[in-house]
Amino acid sequence: MVAQIWAPLEGSTLGPLLPSHISEFIVGIILAVLVWIVIAKKVVPTFEKMYAERADAIQGGMERAEKAQVEAEQALAQYRQQLSEAREEAARIREDAKNQGAQIVSEMRTQATNDAARIMAQARQQLDAEKASVLKELRGEIGGLATTLAGKIVGESLADDARTRNTVDRFIADLEAQADHQSDAPVGS
Amino acid sequence: MQLSMLVPLQGLLPLEGESHDAWPPGPHSFEYPGLFGTTWINKPLLQAVIAALLLIVFWLAASRKVNILPSKGQFAVEYIYDFVRNGIARDLLGRDYKKFLPFLLMIFTWTLVNNWFGELFVFMLPTFSKIGYAYALAVLAWVVYVGAGFQRHGLHYLKLQLIPEGVPWYLYPMIIPLEFLSNFIVRPITLALRLFANMFAGHLVVMVFVVGGEILLRTQGNLLYNISGVVSIVFSFAVLFLELFIGALQAYIFTVLSAQYISSSIADAH
Repeated sequence: MVAQIWAPLEGSTLGPLLPSHISEFIVGIILAVLVWIVIAKKVVPTFEKMYAERADAIQGGMERAEKAQVEAEQALAQYRQQLSEAREEAARIREDAKNQGAQIVSEMRTQATNDAARIMAQARQQLDAEKASVLKELRGEIGGLATTLAGKIVGESLADDARTRNTVDRFIADLEAQADHQSDAPVGS
Repeated sequence: MQLSMLVPLQGLLPLEGESHDAWPPGPHSFEYPGLFGTTWINKPLLQAVIAALLLIVFWLAASRKVNILPSKGQFAVEYIYDFVRNGIARDLLGRDYKKFLPFLLMIFTWTLVNNWFGELFVFMLPTFSKIGYAYALAVLAWVVYVGAGFQRHGLHYLKLQLIPEGVPWYLYPMIIPLEFLSNFIVRPITLALRLFANMFAGHLVVMVFVVGGEILLRTQGNLLYNISGVVSIVFSFAVLFLELFIGALQAYIFTVLSAQYISSSIADAH
């Protein structure tokens, strides 16, 4: 049995360390070189090219993203500027409107005051005119009445001067009271 | 052996064709008869050819159509590619890594596939348990790292490799042979032996459990033997999973060390 185990060692001191056949070594080299050539000529160039493209694609994507970010920031700044401009404009418009409103109110107030004054003046003028015409009319009537009265007095009795004077005075007072009443009535109502 | 000569395909089937000397497994279990009337076309050679074809087809298919946005399949391939590219080549070689990336990719995938053949049905043999293939790969690595050194530094490369900085001149007679031995002789041999020995020993352990379990199971009239045989065969599956891990680990180690040797060759000083 021992002889069986060590049989391959007979004639050499290397045992399994010596190739059974030189073909092992030669074929081993040829096959490995073949695989090597295939990998070197086809596989590695293909993969490295793809890796370079992939790196480019990733880098390009990052550049695009950066660009988009810059654009977005610009748009945001622009928007903010527009917003603040709009706010300023709105404030300005509001201020203007307030000023304008105040102006309009004061103008209207002045106008109203003026109008009121004018109307009052007009009314007063009219009243004065009416009063004058009434007075003129009354004076005319008073003359007539005085004549009538004088006639009556003369016809009745001219003896008592004092009584006559009293009568005339009373009459005139009555007249004045009547006239006052007449002229006051439309104004008062 | 005589029997299997008559049935050429028998050599391709795992653990058969050596039934008369299957126990105990030993170096002879790794001897495969020549096929098709030759002495040199045998099972390991055929599976090495199949591994190379698989790899070439795989890589050509993977690089046939690559997109910036990877599909699921491409994502998986990129995972392997990036593992070697970023995890090994770029880390160890710095800016020069692209020049050596194809070689390192070949080393990693070629070793990985051949190692995993040890656990794959039909094959059930890690190709690198035949040391000739390990020598071949180590010699390739040696040519690449020595070549890279000469290409980068010219003859100055020898001085860089043989005379470490700061060594006084009177130590040169001792240092130069030592450095030569270390950098030009021991490195490729250890590369080859490490890979070979791991695969060889791992496969041997699997064979011990499987063949031993089978013999125990077939022993008639001894229940204890039969139970032990079942346990042994069940345990062989655990060993197979361990071998899957070791196969990947050795592929990684071979690649990392090759990259490390290239890196020390093209470094300006060490």
